[in-house]
Amino acid sequence: MSTPTDKKTEANGVTRRTAVKALGATLGAAAFAKAMAPLKSWTSELSVDEFLQKHYRELTPEAMQEVLRRLEQNTLEQYGAEVTIEDLPPIEGVQFGYALNLSVCTGCRKCAEACHKENNHDRATNNSYIRVLEMEQGSMDMERGTAAYDHAVPAPGKFYMPVQCHQCDNAPCVDVCPVQATWKEKDGVVVVDYNWCIGCRYCEAACPYHARRFNWKKPEIPAEEINPVQAYLANRIRPKGVVEKCHFCLHRTRKGKLPACLEACPTGARVFGNLLDPKSEIRWVLENKRVYVLKEELGLRPRFFYFFD
Amino acid sequence: MSNAPKEQPHYLSYPRFIWRSLVLATDGSIVFYVWMTFLTALALVGANAYAHQVVEGMAITNMTDHVSWGLYIANFTFLVGLAAGGVMMVIPAYLYDDHEMHDVVIIGELLAIAALIMCLMFVVVDLGRPDRFWHLIPGIGAFNWPVSMLTWDVIVLNGYLALNLHIVGYLLYTRFVGKTPDKRWYLPFVFMSIAWAISIHTVTAFLYSGLGGRPFWNTAILAPRFLASAFVAGPAFIIITLQLVRWFTKLPVGNGPIRTLTTILRVTVLLNLFLLGSELFTLFYTGGHHAASAQYLYFGLHGYNALVPWVWTAIVFNVVGATMFLHPRSRDRWAWLNVACVLVFVGVWIEKGMGLIIPGFIPSTLHEMVEYVPSLAEWKVSVGIWAFGLMVYTVALKIAIPVLTGQESLARMNAEPEPDEDMGAAE
Repeated sequence: MSTPTDKKTEANGVTRRTAVKALGATLGAAAFAKAMAPLKSWTSELSVDEFLQKHYRELTPEAMQEVLRRLEQNTLEQYGAEVTIEDLPPIEGVQFGYALNLSVCTGCRKCAEACHKENNHDRATNNSYIRVLEMEQGSMDMERGTAAYDHAVPAPGKFYMPVQCHQCDNAPCVDVCPVQATWKEKDGVVVVDYNWCIGCRYCEAACPYHARRFNWKKPEIPAEEINPVQAYLANRIRPKGVVEKCHFCLHRTRKGKLPACLEACPTGARVFGNLLDPKSEIRWVLENKRVYVLKEELGLRPRFFYFFD
Repeated sequence: MSNAPKEQPHYLSYPRFIWRSLVLATDGSIVFYVWMTFLTALALVGANAYAHQVVEGMAITNMTDHVSWGLYIANFTFLVGLAAGGVMMVIPAYLYDDHEMHDVVIIGELLAIAALIMCLMFVVVDLGRPDRFWHLIPGIGAFNWPVSMLTWDVIVLNGYLALNLHIVGYLLYTRFVGKTPDKRWYLPFVFMSIAWAISIHTVTAFLYSGLGGRPFWNTAILAPRFLASAFVAGPAFIIITLQLVRWFTKLPVGNGPIRTLTTILRVTVLLNLFLLGSELFTLFYTGGHHAASAQYLYFGLHGYNALVPWVWTAIVFNVVGATMFLHPRSRDRWAWLNVACVLVFVGVWIEKGMGLIIPGFIPSTLHEMVEYVPSLAEWKVSVGIWAFGLMVYTVALKIAIPVLTGQESLARMNAEPEPDEDMGAAE
């Protein structure tokens, strides 16, 4: 800490105090380096390209292709699985809507299981974008329901209400995001750029439907169980530390297929389709059935509807 | 100062000011070294826990998708209040021309700086992707302003930090070089900082109160409550700091500022309790789902009651503290006053930290009951940040006080060889 121009220290060379300070500073720096040493294994995981990657909506088509190839390569290296990751834009003239028949749902949770597999969720946590609530007959009060039921279904005196992202038109999760990492697409799907999210989880606090999930650790899936048909804004394996959510299986639905949860449903409780198509089943349901919107009073205008026979 | 022969240009005197500050920051009595070593050790434990969190993921915290904010955001919220609380020295000093307060107001401004640094650290450790922090920087990131309240918070917190750094830095530097500060260079900023102090805590309250899906937070009284409790915790902390400063340094701290702050506290403790009472009345008299979180917090719900002893501790501390402030002894017995300060400080820390953040998530939006108790890693990181913040505050006071008292100045630096002072050199 001595400088040659400092005349006071010059007088008696390096003072004892300065020497002790230098020793203290060295020890402190060494201890700090030791404390932060675990970070080494983290920085080795990070690539400069990933760090500098732009927001989804600012990527040129060429840059997007580079990102997709890099992500495929990463999946191969980290999970040992060959996958294809596409960037699928919304289809013109399509507005997705989803309806679920509460009169026939039996609470078997096949939808949640299908979501788990389709969307490459972490195996250990058995994550899924769908939570099925067992509700008491005669009440729509969720406080009297439970997601933790463990018995044969349907149980007497109960009905079942699967809850997933409602893809609100007036989505609070989108509003609160400080970095625009989540937004509403033209077809009504609320998506997340997993490579832009900073992981503050404000959206998780804002969502009234418990639709969002955070990657508390790196997802683990055996290579042979990985669904190789993936899309950037959809079911590609999410990085650690970011938020994810139901995207109406856009890697399927934007190619004309149905969501995995719908295909898995044994009772036909689920109806999915284009709200702009007057001949679609979803339109017929919304026009002819008794429709219930969960937490409608919050004014979020969901794209997800419940109905009764 | 009279022996300053000629004026140095700023490009020469400013580096010398910085250099002298560095020397002052690392020089001191044995007590100072022990204190700083102790804080360094705690900060390093926190840094190590944080490094593990970054590598292994936030799974080493006890937060879940149900309770997605925990101890970090609780401390963040409290510390925004502490930063705003310093304004209770600025207002008497500058708006009411309280000269005694004016002499020590820097202690409140430095507290704001230290608290804000801790706030920013608590936000960063709560991020799942700290490497993407730059996405939050306006211009190069994708700043979702004005819709996201979090972007407002980024602006007001950093703005408040910049304001206080400027005010303190300017006043100390002019003092150091022996000039009279030019009012145009600091007074407008001081007045701006008063309004700004209110804004930081208002915006932080709006973060929560704007969420329609969380009834416990979705209340218009939240911002006023935040301010009231900030003006309890801030002055309480400062009263104790003033006594420590009087004990350890040569800064003349009169009883006036302490009395003024005690007077302020006598009002704010009651205001804080009144606002809390209004909130609880509305919740419990109305009942229903709006009260579910409060039911959980104060009495337990469906057999879950992790926060009940915690929040009643806060209530007892706040009520006992308030009673002690109102007792005449708070005017002449230091121990009495200090106990009251500690009680309300801890009381507010519980009430608007864990007591506010956690019940917002319990029951969850689908009315599931998932409880939360911080993990060891979260405690380590949090203690580490507090230790670091106290280091910042100690060092800041260490630099500021001798400059304020005139013990340290450019003139002295020019005039005398460095005295090889006190205990460090004793054999």
